Amino acid sequence: MTPNKHALARASIPKRSVLTASADFATQVLAVADAEVRKLRHDPWELVSRAVQPILWLVLFGGVMTRVRGLAPGGTPYLEFLAPGILAQSVLFVAIFYGISAIWERDLGVLHRYLVSPAPRVALVIGKALSSSIRGLSQAVVIYLCAAAMGVRVSVDPVSLLVTVLLIVLGSGLFSTFSLIIACIVKTRERFMGIGQVLTMPIFFASNAIYPIDLMPPWLQRISSLNPLTYEVDGLRAVMLRGGQSAFGLVHDLAALLIAAGIVIVIAARMYPRMTE
Amino acid sequence: MTPAIVVQTFALTRRFGEFTAVSRASLTVNAAEIFGLIGPNGAGKTTLIKMLTTLLPPSSGQALVAGFDVARQPAEVRRRIGYVPQLLSADGELTGYENLLLSARLYLIPRRERHERILGALALMGLMEVSDRLVRSYSGGMIRRLEIAQSTLHRPAIIFMDEPTVGLDPSGRRTVWEHVRALRRELGTAVVITTHYMDEADELCDHVAVLHAGRVEAVGTPAELKAKVGPNASLDDVFETLTGASFEAHGGYRDTKQTRLGAREHS
Repeated sequence: MTPNKHALARASIPKRSVLTASADFATQVLAVADAEVRKLRHDPWELVSRAVQPILWLVLFGGVMTRVRGLAPGGTPYLEFLAPGILAQSVLFVAIFYGISAIWERDLGVLHRYLVSPAPRVALVIGKALSSSIRGLSQAVVIYLCAAAMGVRVSVDPVSLLVTVLLIVLGSGLFSTFSLIIACIVKTRERFMGIGQVLTMPIFFASNAIYPIDLMPPWLQRISSLNPLTYEVDGLRAVMLRGGQSAFGLVHDLAALLIAAGIVIVIAARMYPRMTE
Repeated sequence: MTPAIVVQTFALTRRFGEFTAVSRASLTVNAAEIFGLIGPNGAGKTTLIKMLTTLLPPSSGQALVAGFDVARQPAEVRRRIGYVPQLLSADGELTGYENLLLSARLYLIPRRERHERILGALALMGLMEVSDRLVRSYSGGMIRRLEIAQSTLHRPAIIFMDEPTVGLDPSGRRTVWEHVRALRRELGTAVVITTHYMDEADELCDHVAVLHAGRVEAVGTPAELKAKVGPNASLDDVFETLTGASFEAHGGYRDTKQTRLGAREHS
């Protein structure tokens, strides 16, 4: 009994216009992100506990290192140099462990629900990336307040804030999606915990987050110039501080992050569905 | 429009390395029927369901679900099916309503219809009073009903349920059965369930396929299958006759662990 393909299959696939298809895509991306916002609203304690670490970095590390003269280029107070770095770092630390929750969702069965839905895999991955960005933005609020309280001249003009949001959304989405790829490879929470620790430190230290690239040995400078975190920090230095400047140019920074995010999203969209196999 | 035949497979096979989990399975499921896949843990039920729900690509053979090929047109299949996995697919950190809203958006139910559709699903599954409570406070039976609701909001031609009553107490099981019947009656949804409870298959299913070691050993109505074995035979007897194995002989540590974990998550 060979199935009669012509009688059964290709029954009728309704054609959608590009506009409808884009609107549908956006609905599905936002559905995933909205679920995350609702979960955080039900239990905001996670956000509170995550805010502790960056505050400690600013107050303790920043408090000590600001006494070292000449660390930041051009006579900027070190704390002003550090604040955007800590912002990028705390967004990275939250995002890089995102894979754990992806594995958790797979173990529970919630992932199956997403994968049997008609939502395109890219929409699911972008939705998850946005979910991580929302956590990243909540970090930003805390760090802006803390930095301002410590006397950093943070910029609050609307355009700067908008670009800050964009940089954090891109950076957080990028690293959380990278984390999702790692989760697809290692598959278990135990293995992920080990790998997560191993990944965080090189990404953090091989960047301009807490010291300028010029201080690095040449081999590390080359690695640093391939590190997306470097461009996130560089962009944040331009928009977070009043009179702040980027070394590479804001457009360059945004383009670097956008390209890197695009690459990991395409890879993750291919690997993510295989998690349930 | 729902075709008269909602699932048709032809020599559907899935191998994992040397191991053949499902071997040349050929099945037909009609519209609006309840179809049971029975067999012990490890018989290939879950692998078969995963192929039919597009979660796992077949190694060979073909399957048409709701009129579309699972390997070539997975997106079209997904639009037309619902799936309640054995694992927990409702999010415990969201309320029942929020879980349904998430599904309504993923399945692109038009905005103006969402609220009404969700209320209808809540009413059909008897969850109206608890819709604003976080799902982690639900009982196992309530979670199962919510999972059925969230996977049928888009009015699929067919819903696949993997071990829907595992870990539930007898009254919880009965309630799930009643709601599965209501789904078929109210919405005309075909239902494919896997189970290793023979009484469940006997009472609930129009047709039953017996799976053993990845092969479909027999298909028929419960009455037909029993009549072949003897006048007073039960489905357990059918299984033993067909496979030459006692039901109890199956399921090692891994299966037991899986079942217990499932039971714990739903209790």
